[in-house]
Amino acid sequence: MATRQTQTLARFMLAPSVLLLLVWMAIPLVITLWFSFQQYNPLNPINDRFVGFGNYVLFYSNPAFLQSILNTLVLVLSVLAITVIGGILLALLLDQPMWGQGVVRILVISPFFVMPPVAALVWKNMIMHPGYGVFADIARFFGLQPVDWFAQYPLFSVILIVAWQWLPFATLILLTSLQSLDGEQKEAAEMDGAGFMSRFIYLTLPHLARGITVVILIQTIFLLAVYAEILVTTNGGPGYASTNLPFLVYQKASLEFKIGQASAGGIIAVILANIVAFFLMRAVGKNLDK
Amino acid sequence: MARAVTTQHKTIATAVAWVVALLIFFPILYTIITSFKSETEAIAGFNLIPSFTTESYAEVQSQYNYFKPFMNSVILSLGSTILALLIAVPAAWSMAFSPTRRTKDILMWMLSTKMMPAVAVLFPMYLIFRNLGLLDSRIGLTVMLTMINLPIVVWMLYTYFREIPGEILEASRMDGASLWGEIWYVLTPMAVPGIASTMLLNIILAWNEAFWTIRLTATNAAPLTAFISSFSSPQGLFWAKLSAASTLAIAPILIMGWFSQKQLVRGLTFGAVK
Repeated sequence: MATRQTQTLARFMLAPSVLLLLVWMAIPLVITLWFSFQQYNPLNPINDRFVGFGNYVLFYSNPAFLQSILNTLVLVLSVLAITVIGGILLALLLDQPMWGQGVVRILVISPFFVMPPVAALVWKNMIMHPGYGVFADIARFFGLQPVDWFAQYPLFSVILIVAWQWLPFATLILLTSLQSLDGEQKEAAEMDGAGFMSRFIYLTLPHLARGITVVILIQTIFLLAVYAEILVTTNGGPGYASTNLPFLVYQKASLEFKIGQASAGGIIAVILANIVAFFLMRAVGKNLDK
Repeated sequence: MARAVTTQHKTIATAVAWVVALLIFFPILYTIITSFKSETEAIAGFNLIPSFTTESYAEVQSQYNYFKPFMNSVILSLGSTILALLIAVPAAWSMAFSPTRRTKDILMWMLSTKMMPAVAVLFPMYLIFRNLGLLDSRIGLTVMLTMINLPIVVWMLYTYFREIPGEILEASRMDGASLWGEIWYVLTPMAVPGIASTMLLNIILAWNEAFWTIRLTATNAAPLTAFISSFSSPQGLFWAKLSAASTLAIAPILIMGWFSQKQLVRGLTFGAVK
C-alpha cells in the first residue's frame, strides 16, 4: 500500500504537468475570450472598443463562416470515411500470408511520417499539377483533358492529400488490432462453415471496434486542425471553397487584422471541438475501462 | 489445425498487396527520384529514371542555406522531447503507482487539452511571445512544442508504467530499499524501454508539427516545416530543388518511423491498441 509519504510525493510529481497545462490553456483562452468582445485592430486602433456579441454576429452573418464550418465537417468526415474503410480493407489485405510482408508494411505506413507541407507540395506540384503532374501525364496518355484539381475541386484535392497522410495510421492501428484476434476463434468459425463475409461481420468487425474508435478519436483531433495542407496548396480558395474554420480564423487574425472577429471564430472553434471531444472522450473512456 | 495456405492464394495476395503498397508509396518514391533530376528533366513528363545528378542538393544548400532550418528542426524536436520527458516522467510515474480516484479524470482532462484548436489561441500566443521577446526564437518554439505534446507524452508513459508490476516495489521495500533506491535501481531499468519509445514518437510529432512552427517563426528559428512551406510560391523552375529539400526533410523521420512501428501504435492510441 502507498504510504502517506509516497502519496505526498506523488502529488508533487504530478503538480508540474497539471499546473503548466492549466496555465498554458487558461491564460490564452481567457485573452481570446476577452478579445472576442472587443473591436480590435492593431493597425487601426482608433475604433477599438467593447462591442459585446457584435463580433459573433458579424462572424455569423459572414457567408464565409457557414461555408468554413461546412468545409470543416466535410473534410473531417470524408477523411474519416476514406481512412477507416480503406484502413480496414488494407489491414485485411496485409494480414494475408504473402512474400515481402515487412517491406509492404513499411511502404504502406510511410506517408504518415511525411511532414504536412512536404506532403501537400509534392501532391500539388508533382502529382496533381494540371501541366506537369503525373495525373496530367496519365490523362494525356489516354487522350483526355488534364484536370486542374486545385482550381476545379479544391476541397476534394485537400481531402485527397490529408486522406493519403492518415490512411497509413488507420491501417497500422487496425492491422495491429486485427493481429490480436484469437486464431482459434477464427478457425472454429471456419470449421463451423462460416463464410468470409459472416466471419468478417460477426467476428472481425466487433473485434476491431476498439481500434476503429481509437482511430476516429485521434484522427478527429488532428483533422479538426488541418492547416498547413491548405496554406501551401489552395490558400483557402478559390473564394472560400477550401477554407476550413482554423484557416478562416487565421485569415481574419493574420491577414485582415480583425482580431475581435478572429477571436470570436476561435471561441466557436473551441466550442465545436468540445462538442466532438465530449462524445469521443466518452467512447474512449468506456473502451479504456475494459 | 493450421490453415492450409495455397500457393495460389499467397501469390494473389502478394501481387495485390505490392501493387497497392507501391501506389501508396509512389508520391514519396517519385519525390526521391525527382530529387536526382535536373530542373528541365523534372518537368519533361513522366520519367522514373533520373540522370542521377546531385546538383539540386547542392543548390538547395547554396541558394537557401538548407543546413540552418535542418539544424533548427533537430534542435527543436530533441529539445522539446527532452523537456517534455523531464516534466512528464514524474507525473506519469505518480499516476501509475499512486493512483487516486481522480487519476482517470486528470488523464482525460489532459487528453482534452489536445483537442483545443491551436488557431483559437493564435493571437494571444503571438502577443505573449512578442512581449516576452520569444518570436522567431528557438527557445520559444521549444517551449511551445513541449507544451503541445506534453499530454501525449504523459499518456504514453502512463500506459507503459502501469504495466510495471507493483509487487516488485513491495518486494524491494521489504528488502529495505529506500524510496530513491527503489526508483533508481528497481523501476528505472524497467521503465527505460517505455521512455525510449515515447521519446521516439515525440521526436516524430515535433519534427512534423506544422502550425506553430510556421506561424511563430520567420528566418532565425524556422525549422524545415516553415522552410518547405516557403516553396509554395516559388519563382522559376524549382521541382527538383523542392524534391531534394523534401527528401532531406523526411528521410530521418521516415527511417525512425520504420524502426518504431510497434511502439508507434501503442503510443498513438494511448495504450488502447497494442
